[in-house]
Amino acid sequence: MALKTEPFVLNIGPVHPSTHGVFRMRATMDGEVVLDIEPVFGYLHRGIEKLAEQRTYGGFIPLTDRLDYIASMSNNFAYVTAVEKLAGIKVPERAEYLRVIMAELQRIAAFLIAVGAFLNDCGAFFTPFIYMFREREKIVDLFEMVSGQRLTYNYMRVGGVSQDIPDEFLPALRKFLDKMPGYIDEYDRLLMQNEILLARSKGIGILTREKAINCSISGPVLRASGVEWDIRKADPYSIYDRFEFDIPTGTVGDCYDRYRVRIAEMRQSLRILEQAVAQLPSGPIRSDVPHLVRPPVGEAYTHIEAPKGELGFYLVSDNSIAPYRCHIRPPSLINLTALREMVRGWKIADAIVIFGSIDITVGEIDR
Amino acid sequence: MKFERYGIGIAKGMTVTIKHLFRPSTVSQYPEQRLNTSRRIRGNELIWSEEKCTGCGTCAKTCPQGAIEIVTSTNLVENKYRVEKYEVDTGYCIQCALCVEACPFQALFLSYQYECATYRRDELIQGKEAMLETPERPVSGYFYPERAAKLPKQTLLIEKVVEKR
Amino acid sequence: MAIIDFVINSRVPMQALPPDWPGGFWWHWLFFTVVIIGFVLTMVMGFIYIERRGMGYMQSRLGPNRTGPFGLLQPVADALKVLLKENIVPTTADKLVHWLAPIVAFAPALMIFAVIPFQDKALLADLNIGILYIVAISSVSTVGVFMAGWGSSSKYSLLGAMRNVAAVVSYEIPLVLAVVGVVMIAGSMSLNQIVLAQNIPFILLQPLGCLLFFVAGCAEINRSPFDLMEADSEIVAGFHTEYSGMKFAMFYLVEYAEALAISAIITTLFLGGWRGPLLPPILWFVLKVVIVFFVMVWTRTTLPRVRIDQLMALAWKFLLPLALINLVITAIQVLIWPTALPWILVPVNFAIMVVLILIWSKFFKLGLGRIEV
Repeated sequence: MALKTEPFVLNIGPVHPSTHGVFRMRATMDGEVVLDIEPVFGYLHRGIEKLAEQRTYGGFIPLTDRLDYIASMSNNFAYVTAVEKLAGIKVPERAEYLRVIMAELQRIAAFLIAVGAFLNDCGAFFTPFIYMFREREKIVDLFEMVSGQRLTYNYMRVGGVSQDIPDEFLPALRKFLDKMPGYIDEYDRLLMQNEILLARSKGIGILTREKAINCSISGPVLRASGVEWDIRKADPYSIYDRFEFDIPTGTVGDCYDRYRVRIAEMRQSLRILEQAVAQLPSGPIRSDVPHLVRPPVGEAYTHIEAPKGELGFYLVSDNSIAPYRCHIRPPSLINLTALREMVRGWKIADAIVIFGSIDITVGEIDR
Repeated sequence: MKFERYGIGIAKGMTVTIKHLFRPSTVSQYPEQRLNTSRRIRGNELIWSEEKCTGCGTCAKTCPQGAIEIVTSTNLVENKYRVEKYEVDTGYCIQCALCVEACPFQALFLSYQYECATYRRDELIQGKEAMLETPERPVSGYFYPERAAKLPKQTLLIEKVVEKR
Repeated sequence: MAIIDFVINSRVPMQALPPDWPGGFWWHWLFFTVVIIGFVLTMVMGFIYIERRGMGYMQSRLGPNRTGPFGLLQPVADALKVLLKENIVPTTADKLVHWLAPIVAFAPALMIFAVIPFQDKALLADLNIGILYIVAISSVSTVGVFMAGWGSSSKYSLLGAMRNVAAVVSYEIPLVLAVVGVVMIAGSMSLNQIVLAQNIPFILLQPLGCLLFFVAGCAEINRSPFDLMEADSEIVAGFHTEYSGMKFAMFYLVEYAEALAISAIITTLFLGGWRGPLLPPILWFVLKVVIVFFVMVWTRTTLPRVRIDQLMALAWKFLLPLALINLVITAIQVLIWPTALPWILVPVNFAIMVVLILIWSKFFKLGLGRIEV
């Protein structure tokens, strides 16, 4: 006689060590196996899109910091490019280079957290996480030097950046660029070939190429599935067409590939930084933009390659000082749509690892 | 021959962690050991210069949070505004420093302090007197490079790294 | 140490049989009960300190260093804090089971130490079936853990408890089989006799057995990388998710007392127990225990966690066959060279270990663990 069993519902979150914020997964489980999963979000909703309509174009920049709060520079970058496209503002050369330097540093910093949190979800008890935070601190030091804050940088402005970099910035950045490859090698020595990590992440949560494209996944998750798609190459914004870098791709699309792609992206970002520092011109850092930008009636959409994927800002102007409508395309939310497909049938431990490998920030999902 | 499952990876990782046991730690002991913050730190308070302020209210208009409250009255004798009330609720303030950048008369600064915790919410509201520059309330160099030059140099973690990797 | 020496050497050398003890059976019983409880509690405090400081340094931070000199009083502060905390019992909990669970889990962890010799003949009861007693007693903790998981009426707790039971049931077998090799060489099941038989530490004669015992022991006491019964990133805290205050402190104590027990058993079985030159025996014992525990801390700092099906696969497909092969090899060695030249066996056994692990790794395959739904 077979034992009568029935699935049960397990609420993972909203307060849970590995949901990366106040995020909830309602999992239907058969013992250890996840039969179905339903992401529930909205716990961190602050109505940022609506807030944008009540603020000036410049006044919304500090609020974009609060979207993906571990990659504020990228958010600033995406938003100011949208406003510049809307108002037809040209950005000085030096400002473009500074923006690229900041965005690439921010990519490294965000990937450090992403990989650290992923390895922590795999169960490596905070060691990789703390090692990676140590290096993130060094990047954050540089950001603090230019912008005065350590988390919400608010550095970019419509038509440039807020201030020029101080004199001690470039030597410190040089030192960082010299040290960082060694640190990345150290992370690889720590866990890259670890048998347990391989068993936990190879072949787990495979997202096929077709499914990834159909779900409009972007960023490292898409590239891990083998799609060579990077907005910096595919639709070069700012001055990214001047730099030489590769698009690292995975082969299978499992958790291990996503982890490796992120590590490889860090090395590519370092390459871009080397080139940007070498080419950095002198000159003004901000074009003449009125204090209250008043773009002509119209709409604009820009997207940039944020650490998590394609971050887009869609702005509609009615020729006033505030956007008529602001819509944000958060990469985390879109990437999360594939979670159910990836998780079904795996065990709860795998579900956590897969979830960690997508790398979400709840501030961006709920907005 | 693939070295994937004989414990090589585990052994490599173990050497990394055991090496760290003999390395100096990178943390600092906060209350005793204070690192210098950035010269441009956006501190927790606003600092306001009464002489330079004309009461134009640009700061209040720029503030995305609406944390600045300014009330002026007309001074007909000197033909300019007199600032009756200047208040900032630092509990609402997000330290974005847009007001500092917007001020056309360079009358507004951010403070160099970052430890401004209080026990009550109403103590967070800074009045006119609490916003003046004093030796206890130094000014940060944000947006004012000539002031930044006078502040101590920032301690960088990258310069504290001694070991080779 | 001096007190133990004094008591032991005061009149007659201490024996396992009660009448030889000065004052008779009850004095012996009382003295060693107090010594064991004191030893376990102080060592657990030391372990907590070692774990937190050691992990701190390995993670390039400092660990607790504020309470007392070098933070040595941190475990005391932790204990005080946790004792003063509110004791929360979930409304839907099975109250009696919820209350009893920490006690049921804690008692066996202490009872293991009854047969562990701190130095020659210094043990509560020199049972001639000492190892059998340890194997029997150590699995009783599982009952407490399962009671905790069931009584909390929380799904996380239940998942953790189920995992724990599955792991303990599986890992008990390679654990016991690894010990049997030692018993065969020593020719006795009494732990004191095993220590006396170790003219060279058995880790050299039984390297594979020691490795298997360490892995299986780590799995039994939920140490990383097999800590998936209280995997904080998956099921919050496993079976003690719903516990707080004193009862949580008991589980915390159990965790470290079991780690101490496994370290002490490994020390006794494989590292020569209290034997060693120069230093007094009890110091050697403590030193070896701490070294074994440090290896556990080290692995915990480095390794990710395995999954439940991989844990089972490791036990049944890897550890169990190797333990059986090791048993056969040991039996042959004991039969052919009963006493002669153990030093020759040392390189032979190490070579056997390497070859066996390499060959068996070829056969060892983990399933993906996915179920079509």
